[in-house]
Amino acid sequence: MKQKGWKELTPGAVILEPGNAVEFKTGSWRAFRPEWKEENCIQCLFCWLYCPDMAINVKDGKRAEFNYDYCKGCGICALECPGKKGQKAIVMVEEGK
Amino acid sequence: MARVVAVTGNEASAEALRQINPDVCAAYPITPQTDLMQRFSGFVSDGKVDTEVILVESEHSAMSACIGASAAGGRVVTATSSQGLALMWEMLFIAAGMRLPVVMPLVNRALSAPLNIHGDHSDSMGARDSGWIQLYSENAQEAYDNTIQAFRIAEHMDIRLPVMVCFDGFIISHSIERVEYLEDTEVKNFVGEYKQLYPLLDIDNPKSYGPLILPDLYMEYKRAQHEVMTKVKDVVLDVASEFKKLSKREYGLFEAYRLDDADIALVILSSAAGTAKDVIDEFRGRGIKAGLLKPRLFRPFPYEEVADTLKKVRAISVMDRADSFGGYGPLFMEISSALLHIKERPLLINKIYGLGGRDFLPGHAEMVLNELMEIVETGKFKTIKEYIGVRE
Repeated sequence: MKQKGWKELTPGAVILEPGNAVEFKTGSWRAFRPEWKEENCIQCLFCWLYCPDMAINVKDGKRAEFNYDYCKGCGICALECPGKKGQKAIVMVEEGK
Repeated sequence: MARVVAVTGNEASAEALRQINPDVCAAYPITPQTDLMQRFSGFVSDGKVDTEVILVESEHSAMSACIGASAAGGRVVTATSSQGLALMWEMLFIAAGMRLPVVMPLVNRALSAPLNIHGDHSDSMGARDSGWIQLYSENAQEAYDNTIQAFRIAEHMDIRLPVMVCFDGFIISHSIERVEYLEDTEVKNFVGEYKQLYPLLDIDNPKSYGPLILPDLYMEYKRAQHEVMTKVKDVVLDVASEFKKLSKREYGLFEAYRLDDADIALVILSSAAGTAKDVIDEFRGRGIKAGLLKPRLFRPFPYEEVADTLKKVRAISVMDRADSFGGYGPLFMEISSALLHIKERPLLINKIYGLGGRDFLPGHAEMVLNELMEIVETGKFKTIKEYIGVRE
């Protein structure tokens, strides 16, 4: 993305477009990546509920893949995941491994 | 038709605010400003203006309230002095950085310690790098006129920056002078309707103020802020020429008093310039070519124009009613920077005078002018920076 020069800025750093957080991708901050093990998922959607960002996609009321553009790797989803018979549906793995 | 009255600087400034009728005013009292906001609050209580006055618990809150109200889309004022301005310090930068056209009469007073309530420029000089436009006034009339013009400058669509209207504590704020008031309708028409720019209360178009800007953009924002400052001079001159049509009173970036052919000159801000002018006249009467430059717009500083006006003078004393400890006086630093690029520049000395309200007497100006005459004759000076009117 081309960065803005000083002539293109709004006066006083006012942000004029509402809802622009969607353009601010925070996935590059991540040290640990959550991975979804679909076979252990009971579709409780706790992960969607607890995610502090917008990193969990839901399609037709069902859990879909992570949106890694916004996942900071906080691990709340993995912690809250009840899994199936003691097997977690979300596990954290080190980024780059 | 103008009304001629006998009023103090604070009264004149409060009257200007009454005629302008701003939307919001955050008020916190501090000597010698107290009387200004008290008089304005009186107008509010008597229903003479429909300003919403916010009584805050400190100057930090006063400036914060102004920032909020201005971002919301209002025409906003407050006023302060000395420690009050110092307490506003971090919010001053925010008002300027967010480009909010707040107007603030600043009744100049010395900074503590030791505690002192009298006229001195150490407060406004401390805030000179905050991004506020600064106008200085010689007397109550100029305080009144500058307050009215400040709204036009601050709210100009090319500018949108806060403006400080400085006048000397007690010397101007509490002394009764002859002042010519404009008619209410004249002021109302001159200042005009307030035009909002990105008001927060426009809820159909939501927006955010005060984002975090990291190294990838911060410098671009500061560069843009500097650019705005370069446009201020022209706006100040335009507003002044329009004001002249209304009032017959002339304002510029500075006042050049008997400078056309001057060999020696003083550069002096605010009320002390009046005293110095009398002494200049006396020297002129004796055939000595003396002159005076009184800056009005201190931030942004009109370097080129000042240099052009002073370049033919042979020796200049820059008079500072504030000090920069371990440095030259703040006004001296500006004047020497302005003259830096001139090949045959005047010899410059710096006198610190009148701190904490110490009287600046005609004898002081006389003494300095005599020293300048000696410098012209010999081509040499003894010391660059010196305190005057101080006991050994």
